Amino acid sequence: MNQMKNTALQESPLPDGHYNLRLYVAGQTPKSITALANLQNICEEHLVGRYQIEVIDLLEHPQLAAGDQILAVPTLVRRLPEPLKRIIGNLSNMERVLVGLDLRSVAAP
Amino acid sequence: MSTTESRSAAAALLLAKSTTGITGLDAVTFGGLPAGRPTLICGGPGCGKTLLATTFLVNGAVMFNEPGVFMSFEESRDDLIQNVASLGYGLGTLIAQKKIAIDFVRVERSEIEESGEYDLEGLFVRLDFAIKSIGAKRVVLDTLEVLFAGLGDTQILRAEIRRLFAWLKERGVTAIITAEQGTGTLTRFGIEEYVSDCVLLLDNRVSNQITTRRLRVVKYRGSAHGTNEYPFLIDAQGISVLPVTSAGLEHSASNEVISTGIAGLDQMLGAGGFYTGTSILVSGTAGTGKTSLAAHFVEAVCARGERCLYFAFEESPAQIIRNMRSIGLDLQPRVDAGLLRFEAARPSLFGLEMHLARMYREIEQFAPAAAVLDPISALRGETGDVHSMLLRIIDLLKSRGITAFLSDLLSVDGMDKADASMSSLMDTWLSLVQLESNGERNRGIYVLKSRGMNHSNQIREYQLTSQGVKLIDAYLGSAGVLTGSARIAQEMVDAASAVRRAQDSERKHRDIQRKRAALERQIAELRAELESEEEEAQKSLQHEEECEKRLQAERRTMAIQRGGTGS
Repeated sequence: MNQMKNTALQESPLPDGHYNLRLYVAGQTPKSITALANLQNICEEHLVGRYQIEVIDLLEHPQLAAGDQILAVPTLVRRLPEPLKRIIGNLSNMERVLVGLDLRSVAAP
Repeated sequence: MSTTESRSAAAALLLAKSTTGITGLDAVTFGGLPAGRPTLICGGPGCGKTLLATTFLVNGAVMFNEPGVFMSFEESRDDLIQNVASLGYGLGTLIAQKKIAIDFVRVERSEIEESGEYDLEGLFVRLDFAIKSIGAKRVVLDTLEVLFAGLGDTQILRAEIRRLFAWLKERGVTAIITAEQGTGTLTRFGIEEYVSDCVLLLDNRVSNQITTRRLRVVKYRGSAHGTNEYPFLIDAQGISVLPVTSAGLEHSASNEVISTGIAGLDQMLGAGGFYTGTSILVSGTAGTGKTSLAAHFVEAVCARGERCLYFAFEESPAQIIRNMRSIGLDLQPRVDAGLLRFEAARPSLFGLEMHLARMYREIEQFAPAAAVLDPISALRGETGDVHSMLLRIIDLLKSRGITAFLSDLLSVDGMDKADASMSSLMDTWLSLVQLESNGERNRGIYVLKSRGMNHSNQIREYQLTSQGVKLIDAYLGSAGVLTGSARIAQEMVDAASAVRRAQDSERKHRDIQRKRAALERQIAELRAELESEEEEAQKSLQHEEECEKRLQAERRTMAIQRGGTGS
């Protein structure tokens, strides 16, 4: 799934308002594919040019699950901007995702 | 359901069990929890679920070389380590040795937004990773139901929990899942539906301001198990369950006799002491010396090189040792030698069940030849409860061949109702009485009963001297039993009359002697007289014979002279 990474992974200093998102999945399940597609749509719509998505497959990196307190999959973790936010599910409910990412105000013009 | 049950019943002999290492629990479950299967432990808050689960893991890691994973949903890793450290479990070390892994799963509803479908694969991945990292054989999930509070979709949760149990079973790990008790149900969210192998229920009840913890095996598929509620206790030595309820009457009878420690008392008991493995009750009012008698017995047991366990309910060990020095018994060397152990606790400190559980554990650990309970009257509760507790402790002791020495404080009016019911439990009953007369109190002892031996029926006076308890022959006269100064006075009277009698008989003796001497003198005189008379008679007879001979000779001479030849 590494090919799904959209932008550079290196921790370069990011400008304010930049979104660092991590999507935890467990294998290429329908749920995880839907989740990634939904996420990309939302980001393209609301966060053009100021986001980066990192997809982590827990089947390959099980040791990373405990660190971000992953319980359910798929889980989207907003690492930046702070505070840390978690959204679980296949992200089909866009309203909830926007609330979770604090993008609600941005989305409503 | 029924087919599964009949199949399991057939496989009961083959059911592998995972030893918990918890005193008593393995006995109640006949070997431990079902190996490779999940077990549900439910109970209200603070009843020891987490502790039981932790003990299962720690024992597995330390005693059976089975590493374990603790997945905590409630307490953080550091909190958990700290909480169980008070019970002597060094989780930190075990984690460093890769014998235990802790994973804290934090579920905070406010931090989680739900959007669309999800599953709990993340939890599975974490658990799998933890199990693989140390090669775990045991798993604890404490408390899974936190998920219900953290995640909204209960349908997904239920499906996933069901999947989790199947997954655990497939892994072959022995798992403990803890759950809060709900009102009217075993668990608040009904997860007992998914765990069908073994369910333990913990309970923490308060009655008369005293808390008693109890454990019950609600179900255990494919295995027999104790069905009662068993008290258990949690203290500095961890957790232990008391399996005894009422044992059968199967204990063997011993013919071996153990001294009471008091020579006179041994004589009163026909066999020369108590039979080993029997129960002995010493009852008496305040200050009759029950503890002193117990101390003598303890000393006698220790003198045989055997161990003795002393449960003191009213005095501290230091106090007992000091007090017994005043009657010339120093128990301290026995304590130092490891032959005597004191276990002192106020009766009000725990409930009866807890006392029983504690005593059970001590007896298991120390394996004494004799146990002293001083005094049982201090154990307060409903008469029936006290009686059943004593019955169980005596059963426990008897089944292990341990001689039980119980003391009982009587109220001044005499026998309590409870004592009468106690009697049937006791093989030997020594009664200590206060004999009041002539303005003083004296102590008397008698054997009220002693099964299997021809014991004395006498009330004997005894004294607590600086050389120990001494039995004195009581004065039995026409006026009844005399003790104390009355006895001494009577003994003086007796002594005086004895002297008089002795003088009398001596005088008579002398008289006879004198008479005998006089008679013998007379006999001697008579004999001498007879002898002299005999001599006289002899002499005259000789003389007559000689005369006769002379006459005949003369006659012959005359015939010859007359011319005949004589004939």
